[in-house]
Amino acid sequence: MAVRSMVVWCRDWAVLAAGFGPDVPVAVLHANRVVACSPASRREGVTRGQRRREAQGRCPALEVVERDEGREARAFEAVVQVVEAFTPRVELTRPGAVTFPTRGPARYFGGDHELAEAIRVRVDEVLAPLDWAGACRVGVADGPFAAQQAALRSPGSVTVVAPGTSAAFLAPLSVAALDRPELVDVLTRLGMRTLGELAALPAADVTARFGREGQVAHRLAAGLDERPPATVAPPPDLHVDLDLDPPADRVEAVAFAARALAEDLFDRLADHGLSCTRVAVAAETERGEVLERLWRHEGVLSAGAVADRVRWQIDGWLHGSAAVRPTTGVVRLRLTPDEVVPARGRQLGFWGEETAAAERAARALARVEGLLGAEAVLVPEVRGGRGPAEQVMLVPASAVDLTATRSARSGPVPPWPGRLPPPWPAVVPAEPVPVEVIDADGRVLRVTGRALLDGVPVAVQIGAHRPLESSPLPTTDVRRIRAWAGPWPVQERWWDPHTSRRRARVQVVLDDGTAHLLCVEGGRWWLEATYD
Amino acid sequence: MPPRLQPVPGSAELTELADRVRPVALAGEQVLPVPPSLAGVLPWPGLRRGATVSVAGIGGTSLALALVSGASRTGSWVAAVGVGDLGLAAAAELGICLDRLAVIAEPPSEVWATVVASLVGAFDVVLVAPPARVGATATRRLAARQRERGTVLVVLDGHRATAGSRLDGRGSTAAHSALEVDLCLELADPDWEGLGQGHGRLEARRVVVQATGRRRAARPRRAELWLVDAGRRVAVVPGTEHDVPAAARTGGGVRPWGVPAGGGA
Repeated sequence: MAVRSMVVWCRDWAVLAAGFGPDVPVAVLHANRVVACSPASRREGVTRGQRRREAQGRCPALEVVERDEGREARAFEAVVQVVEAFTPRVELTRPGAVTFPTRGPARYFGGDHELAEAIRVRVDEVLAPLDWAGACRVGVADGPFAAQQAALRSPGSVTVVAPGTSAAFLAPLSVAALDRPELVDVLTRLGMRTLGELAALPAADVTARFGREGQVAHRLAAGLDERPPATVAPPPDLHVDLDLDPPADRVEAVAFAARALAEDLFDRLADHGLSCTRVAVAAETERGEVLERLWRHEGVLSAGAVADRVRWQIDGWLHGSAAVRPTTGVVRLRLTPDEVVPARGRQLGFWGEETAAAERAARALARVEGLLGAEAVLVPEVRGGRGPAEQVMLVPASAVDLTATRSARSGPVPPWPGRLPPPWPAVVPAEPVPVEVIDADGRVLRVTGRALLDGVPVAVQIGAHRPLESSPLPTTDVRRIRAWAGPWPVQERWWDPHTSRRRARVQVVLDDGTAHLLCVEGGRWWLEATYD
Repeated sequence: MPPRLQPVPGSAELTELADRVRPVALAGEQVLPVPPSLAGVLPWPGLRRGATVSVAGIGGTSLALALVSGASRTGSWVAAVGVGDLGLAAAAELGICLDRLAVIAEPPSEVWATVVASLVGAFDVVLVAPPARVGATATRRLAARQRERGTVLVVLDGHRATAGSRLDGRGSTAAHSALEVDLCLELADPDWEGLGQGHGRLEARRVVVQATGRRRAARPRRAELWLVDAGRRVAVVPGTEHDVPAAARTGGGVRPWGVPAGGGA
């Protein structure tokens, strides 16, 4: 049977942590997508998953803030401390939600309902000064998943699902509650819309069809724990310790040490063929003050994820209110894998650690962004078009989640009639270079309305337009044309007077063997690209 | 194995076992894959990790892109620093995976080495067009880090010249920077096919590439290359690869950059 659990969940925590009240339209963004929004912005039609532009279109007064998980965790520490006064074993999945088993504390406080109500009142006391009174939701059910759903969907602030009825409670909920978009998509197309319909299938069949992910989804839908109860206790020697000398009183110093420590822990786990889904992070100061927290991850924790969590926890502790702040620096750090599962392995890219490589690249780019500014670090995005500069555009790397597969690349490429024939030029200046194309008499050539050149091009003069057609041609910087073809006219977006462009392109090979793409627009010649 | 150990019965098996467990590629020989058509031009079976390769001459940008496409296709991340006018459509066409490409705008020359150093290690390949003045100290530090982390630095020599003066095909500015180059690929004699007098289109280009360098690359090699051929692939023209005879060499080691392939070339 699933462990009776309670979830204390604070609505819109990311917005609250950013320092806004519920009446301000706010959206918290990550990689240009809305990940959280305030009640005021929801009323205007802003929802999770929207792009920044789309959200701002719905609600022009929208305040936009970048997501900062460290900030959220730091602010959440105050709530965790309140809950910790009721029960010692609290577990954090992400900033905004706390989970703990209720068996002991519920008995002491006289039942699930009484405990939940007492906690809600205390948490609301913390939230009230921030104008967020009533944002706290508490759910109690069998298993953390059902408890979380109870908290999310509760009509009032406290929802208690009676013991043994969790499966019935979950049955009418949509499969989207599983928070596994790809699986949910398939299930919906197969006609399974509710968790009850999924749970009604034989477990063996679901496992056979969908593998491990399907098995987990089936267990959750049936109101069971995500994994069958572990019968193997973790070997006792798996925790790792680190003594900090001199004592660290800054977050950076602790986080730096935590990184190496986490890697050490994962090496040890890997030796035992284990991976870790819940880790206890304990920090101790010179005076013996100890802060211990349990962190859970829906998937499997990685060394980087543990290091991040240590950082959040220590940050919240060192910068907390005077009552809880430690009096001296941190002298010892201990990581204990609290819940381990056999390492079934994560499917990485065929060539090894593709995910790790992407994370490394993203970190390095973030550092460079710090040096040069966000607009200096760009990644390509395929757009399609007729010219060399329109095929692929550069977008700021901060607006893209580099570690996720970017599926926008795939799919058939539209035909773009009239586009430049391949090969594409390898050098495309951001600003076209002014040039003049001249015939044997030194006259600047024009392209007629029937898209023909009014003479034979023999040379290209580079660097500037001639002020007047009649002005004399400087003898320098004139290159003879060896071969040429064109002009190829392109008229784009003729229906829109503001963005329409009428151009003609000419390919030339000059006497030194370089090849260029010239274009004429509005009677002026430009060097658009070079086949370098 | 202690040195004083006498040959014992069965030592032949031990030797065989040692042979079997020896790493196939020694640390100094770890390479990033290159397209098979370019392998004949390089002194290594691929791009040696930690190496600095410079590419110069007309068509250098295309060659550099083709050179790193093998690594990009097999999962490596590629960064381009200060190569803002890179043709991304051409990059995709030559086999670069755009999902794993980052383009960094030209950094000011005083932080250039810092920027490149922070990318080294995280990216397997960094394409650079170094500014005229990079401090020798910063460059040495960068080189040490790069060798340690196994990142390949591809220097686009002469790319920085403005598009206008690039029409000369010269304009090397990197010659003044203190980067030490392991291999220098120099392109010459480009010959385009497909374009006539008012008809046709650019289809294929043949160039002569000469590789010179240090250590294993010290013996210059030369080949004719399709960059690209009518099928938009990079290929060595069969039968044109050969070592440059000693008499035609311009001297030992690396020629100064920007000096055209000289001697009997």
